[in-house]
Amino acid sequence: MAETAALDGINGLQDIRRSPASHLATAMEAGSVEGTAILEESPFQTMVGLRVDPHSEEGARVADVVGGLPARCSEVGGADGVSVLWLGPCEFLVVAPEEAHDSLGGTLIGSLAAALGGDPGQVVDLSANRTIFELSGTRARAVLEKGCSLDLHPRIFLPGTAVNTEVGNIPLILEKTGEESFRLFPRASFAGFLGRWLLDAMREYASPEVP
Amino acid sequence: MLLISCPNCGSRDETEFHYGGQAHVPYPENPAELDDRQWAEFLFYRDNTRGAFAERWLHSTGCRQWFNMLRDTVTYEIQAVYPMGTGRPDSAAPAPESGTASTAPDSTTTGTAAPDISGTSTGPASTTAPEGATK
Repeated sequence: MAETAALDGINGLQDIRRSPASHLATAMEAGSVEGTAILEESPFQTMVGLRVDPHSEEGARVADVVGGLPARCSEVGGADGVSVLWLGPCEFLVVAPEEAHDSLGGTLIGSLAAALGGDPGQVVDLSANRTIFELSGTRARAVLEKGCSLDLHPRIFLPGTAVNTEVGNIPLILEKTGEESFRLFPRASFAGFLGRWLLDAMREYASPEVP
Repeated sequence: MLLISCPNCGSRDETEFHYGGQAHVPYPENPAELDDRQWAEFLFYRDNTRGAFAERWLHSTGCRQWFNMLRDTVTYEIQAVYPMGTGRPDSAAPAPESGTASTAPDSTTTGTAAPDISGTSTGPASTTAPEGATK
């Protein structure tokens, strides 16, 4: 189940790997407006696809490893730097720092697989599936509202929640990490498009506001 | 655009969903015994109802769960949303109008829980388009 995690010598490859939006790094730096809208990529985090019935015995064992599974849409579970995003009634995405990956000395994937054992469910290393954009600043919500039809007003969309939706017609997971900071999880192949779309949406905030 | 009330995720735009065709089409008990015409009718022939129509929908960019929906093909009014495997509701009274797409689930039901037939009605897109929708 976690064969990719068992590869030895993967650490030597870290220097030559490229993140899905690495070609936009300078554009994102140039396009960010300090305090207003800042876009950064935060790639290579450990992500684990988890499919288990949360009401079952194996679900309880897995929940112990990650620090709790979310019960319904928009909830985020987990503890100690590990977040568990709700994708479906029996489907979750565990997001943890890069060091948690088994190839870098972590134990996350292995312990999840061990907790599930042979019971019905799935633990899959999806670290390369998605990349993460971090969007923050006072205009971050305004940027997202140009391409997301959900109600992102702070009274509805609270910090510490995450939803599966579309931004700029790209299916992604949108997590609100703070009052004015969001994490977007597009699939790697959409990273270039979404990065450019966000930069375009942010561009007006670099200019002085027209009264 | 339709504003569809997913039983797991709450009201979302129609673009997040995939249409699954007519609901409650049973698989033939003995497919091998069907002649070509009967098999073709099972595969390709569907009702073209004017009025309330039971159909399947998949929330493909959300929770990826299938559900059934009773929709009026004339007015596009959504009369009921109910889980797969349950029968078609007899007569569903339209639920109160839902304003905008929200992140709040309409109920706590999951894909395996009890039927939820408290569907959300929705009018023409012009009156219910969520603020900021650009699709």
